[in-house]
Amino acid sequence: MLETIDDRYKTLEKSMKKLGYDKSALIETLHTAQETFGYLGIDTLKFIASRLKVPYSKVYGVATFYNYFMLKPKGKHNVVVCMGTACYIKGAEKIVEIIEQRFGIKVGETTPDGLLSLLSARCFGSCSLAPVIICDDKTKGKVLPENTLCDIEEMIK
Amino acid sequence: MITSIDDLQALAEKKRAECDENSSELRVCAGTSCLSLGSSELKKSLQDEIQSRGLNDSCNIKSVGCNGLCANGTLVSYCTKDKSKSTFYERVTSGDASGLVDSIQNGTPLEDRMCDISQPFFTYQKKIVLENIGIIDPDDIEDYIAHGGYLSFFRALDEMSPKDVIEEVKISGLRGRGGGGYPTGIKWESVSKVLSEQKYIICNGDEGDPGAFMDRAVMESDPHRILEGMAIAGYACGANKGYIYVRAEYPLAVDKLNRAIKQATKLGILGENIAHSNFSFNIEVRLGAGAFVCGEATALIASIEGNRGNPRQKPPHLSDYGLWGEPTVLNNVETFANIAPIIKNGGAWYKSIGTESSSGTKVFALTGHIQNTGLVEVPMGTTLRELIFDIGGGVPDGKKFKAIQSGGPSGGCIPESLLDLHVDYESLKNAGSIMGSGGLIVIDDSSNMVEIARFFMDFCRSESCGKCTPCRVGTTELTLLLDKFINKKATKSDFELLKEMCEIVKSASLCGLGQTAPNPVISTIKYFEDEYLAGISDD
Ligand SMILES: Cc1cc2nc3c(=O)[nH]c(=O)nc-3n(C[C@H](O)[C@H](O)[C@H](O)COP(=O)(O)O)c2cc1C
Ligand code: SF4
Ligand code: FES
Ligand code: FES
Repeated sequence: MLETIDDRYKTLEKSMKKLGYDKSALIETLHTAQETFGYLGIDTLKFIASRLKVPYSKVYGVATFYNYFMLKPKGKHNVVVCMGTACYIKGAEKIVEIIEQRFGIKVGETTPDGLLSLLSARCFGSCSLAPVIICDDKTKGKVLPENTLCDIEEMIK
Repeated sequence: MITSIDDLQALAEKKRAECDENSSELRVCAGTSCLSLGSSELKKSLQDEIQSRGLNDSCNIKSVGCNGLCANGTLVSYCTKDKSKSTFYERVTSGDASGLVDSIQNGTPLEDRMCDISQPFFTYQKKIVLENIGIIDPDDIEDYIAHGGYLSFFRALDEMSPKDVIEEVKISGLRGRGGGGYPTGIKWESVSKVLSEQKYIICNGDEGDPGAFMDRAVMESDPHRILEGMAIAGYACGANKGYIYVRAEYPLAVDKLNRAIKQATKLGILGENIAHSNFSFNIEVRLGAGAFVCGEATALIASIEGNRGNPRQKPPHLSDYGLWGEPTVLNNVETFANIAPIIKNGGAWYKSIGTESSSGTKVFALTGHIQNTGLVEVPMGTTLRELIFDIGGGVPDGKKFKAIQSGGPSGGCIPESLLDLHVDYESLKNAGSIMGSGGLIVIDDSSNMVEIARFFMDFCRSESCGKCTPCRVGTTELTLLLDKFINKKATKSDFELLKEMCEIVKSASLCGLGQTAPNPVISTIKYFEDEYLAGISDD
């Protein structure tokens, strides 16, 4: 276990090195960190701060400013519902409601067993297929509220 | 390495000859939407089918970018050997692969997947920005060059002074496609006049308007077009470094742009002393991280510099004090995509298209309650009615048209009575909306306009960067007020307060986000006041 964490820090270190430990590459580094660890934990942020020689408050400030960065670990599986205008007009709220009810979590939360996280996004650019959800890495378009739960049950099975 | 126009043309000739002689072409859409509908599996099935029938040499399969009609994906087109005739297919899945290859072999089209390209969705369009899209392979720089790519850039280097380039862009009348509509030539001119060793060109690929995807399609389908536009801008303004700021939600666009930059650099089209001139230009991609406000010029720059994306007061303008404090040109993706054709055909040609005040074409993303959702490029001055009822095929499910929303969270709703409006920057503004980046959302009569206004207000509330009070507090208060109307618990004085607060937020906010956040409310009050009045309870 420890070793895999070490490997992840190595990946992060490599990426910072590639960018010349450039302070302005902070956002790039946070992207890499999130990709590698799945989320941005306090330890990771502190590590980045010390390596880039930027105050921790600045790293934390930037990480919390941008919606794309997650400071909490996500569940084993994730469903992201697009809440952009095109999807909203086509009933995205209804989809969120159904998921919230079935799994007892709100947007941004994870089920207590850590199996499923419900997230929302601004727009994936697949607006023609509205409403759109992403189940793990699979994009599903023209989603019908009644089929959403089946799709999710299928994913977490 | 390409070190002259002759090299470039020789490569174009070579590639064209290869394509012509070799084979017919099956073009499979590999844009974001079609990928999610399984277009990679489809391509694989087609390849297997072609292989097993020994047709490899006579039919070439290639991936192309978004064709615009994403709702009917996956889109496939078949182009005959002499490239004179192409057939369009829609809703193609892996299961159709063998039927499609049959049809190629026996020369009769696959009827039940055919897409009628004589419908207004196709015939009303005029493609300048999207001309290569659906035709070229975005992963292949040679394909772009074979279609005349980079010729404008090399011509500019060879035959034009930076001043000539700017003059041509000024003559074209091109205005920024990111929303504001500021004349591009004038923006470039002011940066070109500043004396500075270091200047920057930035392409705004943040595409913040949720529900619009014009820039996504251009970035992932014709990335070299953007690089070429930026390089021409660099030459005109005396900048040698460019950045493309792309939202992180567009991984495919990031991938295509990075690949394009690598290929162009390898051929010497980007890099040091391009074509033996003393002009050097390099481009890097920077990722956004999901903040709408970062589409605003000064916030975007703060973000590239690795900071929180807080806007700052202007002046100083970017032309004096931009990225790292240096003179900077910032333009939208679509603005840059218009540059190469303007240099190729001349500013006067571009000026002859569109309306008096707004020349050229505009790409729109048609979504919402409309039959043909998708991407269309039309001349400025096309009417909303043509866009919605001819091109868009009208409102589906037997519902009635109610309003069209343009300009995203900064825009407004336009009612049926104004459908004959000729779309350009001024007309939309006069109608209480804005052009914005090109998202058009059709709303049918089953929707409540106060709820729509609340949707946008809530969006601005959550995206407000919090730097200034009128926007931070105002958008929150406005959202709460709108809730009262939706729950039918508002009073008459709430209505007055709502209108007053809109004016305050509009006039006292620091950046464009706050200044335009009340627009959806103001425009719906203007045209759909009765829906607000219905939310007022007497007691
Ligand atoms: C809140 C806000 C968000 C914006 N988002 C974008 C955007 O996503 N894309 C864009 O090109 N311009 C956006 N703009 C406009 C830019 O600030 C800028 O005017 C534009 O990119 C300039 O390019 P242009 O002259 O080619 O239009 C936004 C402005 C504001 C105030
Ligand atoms: S208007 Fe809103 S987004 Fe703009 S600076 Fe003020 S708080 Fe930030
Ligand atoms: S609005 Fe949902 S994908 Fe664009
Ligand atoms: S992604 Fe295929 S048509 Fe748009």
